Amino acid sequence: MDFNLSKEHLLVQQMYREFAENEVKPLAEEVDEKEMFPVETVKKLAKYGMLGIPFPKQYGGQGADYLSYIMCVEELSKVCGTTGVIVSAHTSLCCAPIFEHGTEEQKQKYLPKLCSGEWIGAFGLTEPGAGTDASGQQTKAVLEGDHYVLNGSKIFITNAGYANVFIIFAMTDKSKGTRGISAFIVERDFPGFSVGKHERKMGIRGSSTCELIMENCIVPKENLLGKEGKGFAIAMKTLDGGRIGIASQALGIAEGAIDETVKYVKERKQFGRALAKFQNTAFELADMKASTDAAQLLVYRAAMGKQEGKPYTTLAAAAKLFAADNASDVTRRCLQLFGGYGYTREYPIERMMRDAKITEIYEGTTEVQKMVISGAMFK
Amino acid sequence: MKIVVCAKQVPDTTEVRLDPVTNTLIRDGVPSIINPDDKAGIEAALQLKEKCPGSTVTVVSMGPAQADVALREALAMGCDEAILVSDRAFGGADTWATSSTIAAALKKIGDYDVIITGRQAIDGDTAQVGPQIAEHLGIPQVSYAEKLEVEDEHTLVVQRQFEDRYHIIEIKTPCLITALAELAEPRYMSVGGVFDAYREKEVKVWGLADLEGYVDTANIGLKGSPTRVAKSFTKQAKGAGEVLKDLSADEAVEAIVAKLKEKYII
Repeated sequence: MDFNLSKEHLLVQQMYREFAENEVKPLAEEVDEKEMFPVETVKKLAKYGMLGIPFPKQYGGQGADYLSYIMCVEELSKVCGTTGVIVSAHTSLCCAPIFEHGTEEQKQKYLPKLCSGEWIGAFGLTEPGAGTDASGQQTKAVLEGDHYVLNGSKIFITNAGYANVFIIFAMTDKSKGTRGISAFIVERDFPGFSVGKHERKMGIRGSSTCELIMENCIVPKENLLGKEGKGFAIAMKTLDGGRIGIASQALGIAEGAIDETVKYVKERKQFGRALAKFQNTAFELADMKASTDAAQLLVYRAAMGKQEGKPYTTLAAAAKLFAADNASDVTRRCLQLFGGYGYTREYPIERMMRDAKITEIYEGTTEVQKMVISGAMFK
Repeated sequence: MKIVVCAKQVPDTTEVRLDPVTNTLIRDGVPSIINPDDKAGIEAALQLKEKCPGSTVTVVSMGPAQADVALREALAMGCDEAILVSDRAFGGADTWATSSTIAAALKKIGDYDVIITGRQAIDGDTAQVGPQIAEHLGIPQVSYAEKLEVEDEHTLVVQRQFEDRYHIIEIKTPCLITALAELAEPRYMSVGGVFDAYREKEVKVWGLADLEGYVDTANIGLKGSPTRVAKSFTKQAKGAGEVLKDLSADEAVEAIVAKLKEKYII
């Protein structure tokens, strides 16, 4: 067993840190305050290869690995949760299913544009009546000659306002239940496809979260992803991978909050001494550091599981369960150490606390992760 | 165009700590970086390469084995080749011995068109190694470059910064340029670049034996270094200065004169 990062992971981590510090952190407050999707940052992420990290060079990817992708989400999320989830949703929820389930033609057609950042990707599974119960899909797809006709709507779709490609799930055979769900690669300008209202959220406010509407949306037959009826399996497998990305976002938010708090408690004085000199401060931070390190080990273990081709469903669920819970807990306790200043928008800690909450909800709630883990235990 | 950049790995601090007994740098616990002027030189070289298709960029560093990571970083930014000049025999070198050794490596490389070095390193601040290399090689040089343009295949135009003016200098290749940090804003490494730097590219290590015939061993290492450090010390921090604000010109003159008198300076 080896807990050391390889030389390439150490160097790529240095690069992510430099990039996050210089290019992402200075914008984080504005991105949150103005609910601004950081278009220019996304272009820079693309320029340095951060939108196609784990995919082979033949598809325009960086030829790096899954751990290095997860570390990217972690480092970005330390300073900006919004930027972290843009990369995570694009990579895990759109590029990955095309890479893992797509035909050679689909991979050749979509991955180079996605990996270069020319196109941004998104994933549409959730519907007004199908959240945690994703099997209750109402969106329908009917094969008519050389194309499918899709009707229905999706909600809470990350990156939607700026995405060019969406992985969309729809019922092709209602009578078969989850085995009647199929996955499609849908381009933004396909006839009958539109992006609806933008959600006003508590956190990750720069992330573009919108509704998708399909009214007689024409999708060419060759854009079916995987086989008909395999959509639910593709969705679940995709979310297994996505959960490692969100777990890493949660990990990064907690680490970022601790970094900010350590800096603050060394400077802020009360009763004639720095807050860091009080045992309560020191013990609180020690506790948070230990649990955040534990979260990192779970996240990296899940990433290595996926990278090495091992079963990683429960590893991903455990990583997300723990890291998300930790992020909410740590940001709340850090804010408490900041006191009144922490409650103001002058300091980043309240933003981090708001950003942390979503990690307990999206890509499978905390309760879903518990179902996944216990389900495997009782098998 | 064959471009060679000389880069040094330095401690990431302007507060270089010295061992008071040995007068050498204490490197433990201080993260290492590519010297900022040298990194600008790497960026300038990569931009030259982009302007002149078919060019290559080789980065050369002299230092201990740990300098490997600085060279990998240069490769990850887009340099094509990396050479680490490293041997115990080169240790303890002053600027003369360093420039002699690096010049030997450059003679071995041979077919260079442009050599770019940083103006000076943040740990020593001598600004001597670049110009000395040019002298060893007998090629023209322009120091303090803050702009670099390609005129044609064999001619560069360099804007040299002076205290009160700029010099616009046309120079024929092969030549050596010393770069200011202002010359070019360094790019980040790319993700794929990092992985290629370790998995597909290599850092060649040249020791004394590899430079045989190119260097006079009397000019290398501590023994080949004419410089002797008589004494080194860390400057004591001064107290915070006094800032006088919102004064008219007359009041300011009066206040300054009063202070100077108070200290018996005038």
